[in-house]
Amino acid sequence: MASDTSKLGFYLLLAPILLWLALLILLPHVGLFLVSISEKIGPREYETGFGNYSAFFTEPLYWRTFARTAIMSILATALTLLLGFPIAYYIAKITRGRTKTTLFLMCMIPFWVSELVRTFGWMILLRETGVFSQFLQWAGLVSGPVEMLYNDAAIMVGLVYTSILFMVVPLVTTLDSLDDSLIEAGYDLGGTTTAVMREIVIPHAMPGIVSGCIVVFMLSLGNYLTPILLGGKDSLWFTGMIYTQFITRFNWELGSAFGFLLLALSSLVVFLGLKLSGRSLSETMGRS
Amino acid sequence: MKYPLLASLVATTALTAQMASADTLRLLTWGGYAPEEVIAKFEEETGHTVEVTTSNNEEMIAKLRATNGGGFDLAQPSQDRITSAQEEFGIYKPIDMSRVESDLFIPSMLSATAKNTTFDGEVYGLPHVWGTSGLVVNTAEAPEVTDYTDLCSDAVAGKVSYRLKRPTLIGFAYSMGLDPFAAYGDTEAYQGILDQVEEALTACKPNVKTYWDGGDEIKNLLRSGEVTAAMAWDTGGWQLNADNADITFVAPEAGALGWIDTFALPARGRADDAAYAWINFVMRPEIAAMITNTAGNFTAAVDGDGGVDAELKARYQASFDQAAIDNIKWYPPVPAGLEALEGETLDRINAAN
Repeated sequence: MASDTSKLGFYLLLAPILLWLALLILLPHVGLFLVSISEKIGPREYETGFGNYSAFFTEPLYWRTFARTAIMSILATALTLLLGFPIAYYIAKITRGRTKTTLFLMCMIPFWVSELVRTFGWMILLRETGVFSQFLQWAGLVSGPVEMLYNDAAIMVGLVYTSILFMVVPLVTTLDSLDDSLIEAGYDLGGTTTAVMREIVIPHAMPGIVSGCIVVFMLSLGNYLTPILLGGKDSLWFTGMIYTQFITRFNWELGSAFGFLLLALSSLVVFLGLKLSGRSLSETMGRS
Repeated sequence: MKYPLLASLVATTALTAQMASADTLRLLTWGGYAPEEVIAKFEEETGHTVEVTTSNNEEMIAKLRATNGGGFDLAQPSQDRITSAQEEFGIYKPIDMSRVESDLFIPSMLSATAKNTTFDGEVYGLPHVWGTSGLVVNTAEAPEVTDYTDLCSDAVAGKVSYRLKRPTLIGFAYSMGLDPFAAYGDTEAYQGILDQVEEALTACKPNVKTYWDGGDEIKNLLRSGEVTAAMAWDTGGWQLNADNADITFVAPEAGALGWIDTFALPARGRADDAAYAWINFVMRPEIAAMITNTAGNFTAAVDGDGGVDAELKARYQASFDQAAIDNIKWYPPVPAGLEALEGETLDRINAAN
């Protein structure tokens, strides 16, 4: 009897997560997949086939946008890591006490408002009649208004800004767990700063780096607002393309196929990243 | 344990039933078509409550398609987008004309809309608000822009914006001396027109600052002076005119593109009584004038322009003389499948360098 009750308790505790997985993740994906393999041949007439997937490979626009999105997301991840690592190192290792808390909080404050507001903030700064342009003119550095919005660099700025917190937090956590005496020992043994970084700090921070990179990459790849608002007339983003297929073209079939391709792409890149850094997913997620 | 559960179940069911009989009108419409004061008056008079969701043509169809025509009790798509959506997805139900006070509608508009929204012998749309899209120009800085193709002239290079949507394709086609509406029924001829427009719009791309998406975006661009000529709705131009007398709506030489937003009943709407009550309420002349004053566009209500703001009327008359009104190109119903062709063209323009 006792084991029966505990079994019941176990299943009851398991139920929310199972329901979550089944109803909110598994079921919609099955539905999406079924839509993605139906081809439209006429009004209210559909047949099963992989035509939508082959449309992706035969139309250069689609797979070019796909590749562009992937490459820019990887670039954004690398930039976020480059910017985030010194910040995290400073917070975790150099400051102490109240300064540390304050700095950490300052990293988080921008995230108390929605992504839309943050993106609009960048639009106000970067536009032709915006803050930066007017400051440059006031300082006499440029003679006329400068347009800094509507290009790929603006997208990059927006992506790095929206995702830097998700890099800093895991890095601070892992760097915090590194014993300072190990760094001192490194110097005592005659190591240069570069050597200490390379041999001690970075290997220790690796789980944080990998998990931060995974999160930032996923966020950038799946971002919709930032590329649409900050990007220009040539700046296509794959999520924007999915939106167009679903909403303005009424082509749910192709849109669903795109959704699955995006899922496959992100899984592939994360898999490759883990392979390259020689880590397993469970190890990365468990330790950071 | 059993009884409280049962009791609460009964209570919930009763509550749901009560909510259904109290009639909440879930209205899927455009920004400005259901002003607060109109809703308050309606709720006071009829006892129904109104929930407003603002949207646009494409999203309306997408939303209703996702639920097979459920979730809303009254929608307001443009008249040219009803029959194709009905044919493809079956998301609307026919209008029962006996429940509509048809004297409130301008007869010519009522019959024209009925003709354009008839599918399988049933009428699916009633006219509500009409307006046009054309050019919004800063006349002090870009006085030479009088037609769609003028947006591609060197004089306004880098200071132009338009949407990458179907009205742009159609406006440019008319400006280039083609007749896209006449070719609606002939896929090959239409594709030929699209190809020519694609070439023109691709060549025009360096002139464009950005393709705008939302009404506020284009108003900001024009107001800040970053854009001096754009393709946009008439109301946007008139609103800007109130702030800056140089900016106004210009009816293009090739003709402004005329649209009529309608009332259509979603197939699985639950509050038909409230929907018909709303239609008959907002078409009253004094209510129609209130809507015109907030939305900026005129309605299909008889005498609906009586109570309209004098300034708005003056702006309308400045943009449209009689010849310009006669030259408005009204959208005929879009045949199913045409939008796929246009989509491919728009994709290619977007991708071109």
